[in-house]
Amino acid sequence: MIALRHTLYLTIRQVKAFLRQPWYLALTLAQPIIWLLLFGALFKKIVEIPGFGSKSYITFLTPGIVVMSAVFSGGWSGMSMIDDLDHGVMDRFLVAPTNRGALMVGRIAPQVLTTIIQSLILVGLALAVGATFPGGAAGIVMLIVCAALLSVGFSMLSNGLALMLRREESVIAAVNFILLPLTFLSSAFLQQSLAPKWIQQIAKYNPVNWAVQAGREALNKSGDWGFVMAHAGYLLAFAVVCALLATRAFRSYQRSV
Amino acid sequence: MTNAIEASGLVKTYAGKVKALDGLSVTVESGSVFALLGPNGAGKSTTVKILTTLSKPDAGQASVAGLDVLRQPERVRRAVGCVAQKSGVDIQATGRENLMLQGHLYGMRGKELEQRVSGLLERFGLTDSARRIARTYSGGMQRKLDVAMGLVHKPQVLFLDEPTTGLDPESRADMWGEIARLTAEEGLTILLTTHYLEEADKLARRLSIVDEGRVVAEGSPDELKGELKGDAVHVELASGEAGRAIEALAPLADVRDVTLEDGRLLHLHADNGAQAVPVILQALEAGGVNVASVTVARPSLDDVYLKYTGRSFEKAEATAAEVNR
Repeated sequence: MIALRHTLYLTIRQVKAFLRQPWYLALTLAQPIIWLLLFGALFKKIVEIPGFGSKSYITFLTPGIVVMSAVFSGGWSGMSMIDDLDHGVMDRFLVAPTNRGALMVGRIAPQVLTTIIQSLILVGLALAVGATFPGGAAGIVMLIVCAALLSVGFSMLSNGLALMLRREESVIAAVNFILLPLTFLSSAFLQQSLAPKWIQQIAKYNPVNWAVQAGREALNKSGDWGFVMAHAGYLLAFAVVCALLATRAFRSYQRSV
Repeated sequence: MTNAIEASGLVKTYAGKVKALDGLSVTVESGSVFALLGPNGAGKSTTVKILTTLSKPDAGQASVAGLDVLRQPERVRRAVGCVAQKSGVDIQATGRENLMLQGHLYGMRGKELEQRVSGLLERFGLTDSARRIARTYSGGMQRKLDVAMGLVHKPQVLFLDEPTTGLDPESRADMWGEIARLTAEEGLTILLTTHYLEEADKLARRLSIVDEGRVVAEGSPDELKGELKGDAVHVELASGEAGRAIEALAPLADVRDVTLEDGRLLHLHADNGAQAVPVILQALEAGGVNVASVTVARPSLDDVYLKYTGRSFEKAEATAAEVNR
């Protein structure tokens, strides 16, 4: 009960802060648009490779960019934890009888909001430049659900990492080190069957790839929803495990102060 | 319960750094203001972090409000309020939002919380700015909001970690008034850390001088100063007759440590300054020396600090600043 109530109050705090930073919001939205248009133009002819299977690269790429944007906005979200640490806000919460889990879970809402807004803009833009999503509204919703679960997972990890490293530069370095490779070890940009065997092997265990494949399948004309739901389940489990791990980081933080 | 805080033998070493606490002990009587006085890096903040359950000691034990800090941290958290050295204000939220959230975290709700928050805003002169984002507050206002947040849940013991550092003189005087009021009117126990000698002298009933993670002296400000034995007497000479003045004072049994500054300012120590002054004036007059002014000063905590640590307070501060860099 206390945990739920604390989560609610801390969620309200985060959402208010989120809405009070329109510039930050605009910037997080602008970045993925650039990705979509840039990659879309750069690799336009890639669909001509025999065996690619898709006729429009922008249609193929959109779920990839939606997921990539979710990964990065999640990955960077630990910066807000650094902010709270630097301003002494986190210490104040920790000295109060605040539920530790709520301190993490309360940070999820703005992350989900960001992902939803980002994804809708990307999908709308893709449709405007000629992409087609036969999976319809249900497919788009499922893509966003998968992207949101993934971004929540990475957001929790990023916040946990921020608690342990406590320095902006260290978090930036760690996030860059992990996220870009994970994105390229997925089928975000290229049909999986065209990637080297070892990448295909690693991708099977890569949550980023789970989200890309599930999202893309959901957008197909007659997608395999068993596959989609199973992967959404994996992503949910991933998010939960990340939240639990991140909550443990408070102990490590309190040992070091 | 007569002691609100009892801690003994606290040891804390940070990874890769020197010992922050080296067997520090502190006892604070209920309803009083107690000061930990020392330069930056002496271990004051670490002590506060341990007593408020943010951090754990490597060794030693502590209880606050009769609750064991290590075994009952959840209950300790409900009993104490803490105003940390670096402000804990959420600068993206309004003053009122900051206070409401703080109350919510302590399980307060509804009318009770709203009334408490409005009361605190009023008391700290923040009512008019309550709906403004705290980012726009001055340093003094943020500090007041910090203290208000520490008080929302009506704690039994309040920790103030350097509450006036960085404040302008007017805000500092305000804060001192508020701290004095808190114990006088509400019977709150306050543990305050400071590196301002004047602050400890003015506010604390008892204080400990902390140096390099341990307590080097403890007592009331007057007791500590009393241990220095005697007062400082400063004599300003009207004309340059310093040589004759020193000669005239030499036979006086009560007068010690005569030093001359700028050729016309005499510093000396006497067991009892008030009794010594007439004797000194008489001797100088007899020696034909004209005196412009005489002042008697009780020894300051600065002198106490010098006595116990072997270095002046200013010097210790400068060293700490260098180590931190």
